[in-house]
Amino acid sequence: MEDPLAQTVRLEGARILATLVRTVGDLGIAEDAVQEATVTALREWPGSGVPDSPRAWLTVVARHKATDLIRREGQRGRKEREATQLLDQTTPEPPEPVGAVGSDDQLRLIFVCCHPALAPESRVALALRTLCGLDVPEIAAALLTSEAAMAKRLTRTRQKIKQAGIRYRVPAAEELPARLTAVCAVVHGLYTAGHTRLAGASLLDVDLCTEAVRLARLLRELLPDEAQPEALLALLLLTEARRPARIGPDGEPVLLADQDRSRWDAAAIDEGVRLLASSLDRTEGQADPYQLQAAIAAQHAVAPTASATDWAEIARLYDLLLSVQPDSAPAALGRAVAVAEAYGTPAGLAALDALDASAPDPHDHRRTAIRAELLARLGHYAEAAATMRRSLDEPLPDPERTHRLGRIAIWEARR
Amino acid sequence: MLYAALIYTPDLDFAEAPHAQEWLPQYAAFRDEAGERVVGGKPLAPTATATTVRVLGARGGEVVVSDGPYAETKEVLSGFYLLDCADLDEAVALAAKIPGAWHGAIEVRPVADFSAVQGYFGADQADRAGKQR
Repeated sequence: MEDPLAQTVRLEGARILATLVRTVGDLGIAEDAVQEATVTALREWPGSGVPDSPRAWLTVVARHKATDLIRREGQRGRKEREATQLLDQTTPEPPEPVGAVGSDDQLRLIFVCCHPALAPESRVALALRTLCGLDVPEIAAALLTSEAAMAKRLTRTRQKIKQAGIRYRVPAAEELPARLTAVCAVVHGLYTAGHTRLAGASLLDVDLCTEAVRLARLLRELLPDEAQPEALLALLLLTEARRPARIGPDGEPVLLADQDRSRWDAAAIDEGVRLLASSLDRTEGQADPYQLQAAIAAQHAVAPTASATDWAEIARLYDLLLSVQPDSAPAALGRAVAVAEAYGTPAGLAALDALDASAPDPHDHRRTAIRAELLARLGHYAEAAATMRRSLDEPLPDPERTHRLGRIAIWEARR
Repeated sequence: MLYAALIYTPDLDFAEAPHAQEWLPQYAAFRDEAGERVVGGKPLAPTATATTVRVLGARGGEVVVSDGPYAETKEVLSGFYLLDCADLDEAVALAAKIPGAWHGAIEVRPVADFSAVQGYFGADQADRAGKQR
């Protein structure tokens, strides 16, 4: 589990990178400088105490490191010399013309990162790593791929940027739509990482969720006539609306059926539903993955009680989602749950069996945990407990682990 | 930075009258527009004239010569430019003005940068190995 100091350094580091890369004009140098600054912070802060403004401290140190790095590279050209001069000044960052991408450093840099000369998945992975400060396992989970593949992809992407001479340049208005899909994927990946922590002391990271919603809102304002940002914002709002009820007083997970629906954010749900309808109008009913996921979230959000949930409709929406994203393991899992609720536990188990046969994934602890829950519903407590125990082999957030151990204890008492 | 713009088009003889008539003025216009950013390049004769040479094993091994291009493809390497541009964005924007871009496609590749390994085998050797023109 990550200690609070390390987490502060990581998040602040990601934020100052956005500003530094603008000054240096070179992502690689800015990244190295921030990396060195965060290492220094982790070495010095435990002794000297965390400074009043961690961000200001990191910014000053990272600028010095960047100056050193550029000097060390020596033979570089005019542009870099200008950057060094800029960095030598102790005045605040020079203001940049607002231009097509708006005034938010973070969103602008995400657009810069989503360069069309990089493969689509690489753009998203790079932005999540360098701009959002996610680590490789988090990115792999958010983008539904393996850690090894993700690490390799990030290395190759950095090499291409360096060798092919891709420089920091804010795209013009007419270039934005071509980058939009990747930018949406970055914001969605950021939200996913916040909403579903892979390990650690808490189930979710509110800062990441809030930042993703903020970016989604900015993106929608920037491109108000596009369907995709509208659907993305709808999806995040409809999910975020239920966040307060997802976690109990001791940080434990609260299952959907047990959540206090009066704690859901009604205003966010209304806005999400409106945005979704508007987005669907724009695409004339031809639904993209964000719209379908938003529609699923909306089904939950508008159900007055858990038992009033239209699970058959949710199962149908998952079928549609899988028709456009056939490889999405989370969608296939969501479908199995919906099928169990709509058509009975055996049907849900059969859906899980089919999933295992077509896409075996021994590391998917969620799939294993859901199987355990379904087995328990059928009264197969011994098998349920053994299955749930297997789901604990993978890294998990502590509250989730405690929750599962509690389920095992209940089932073992019953068998 | 130096970039190679590799021009892939249908396999034509650009020196033949009808093709030359169609394409030469367009390439001339490109050269005028690109100015000093074009630092080298040549059109190639059609692949019917190509010969592929390979040495088996190692240096001094059997020389195998065959008729035809390295790979039989619908669009072929029909010429190249060396472009001196500040960065990839500029190189791509310039490549988009090469007539081959609408006749076929342009592959933009940076010229290999030996600066990182110069220390290992001497600046002179690196310079000769990487000699661009």
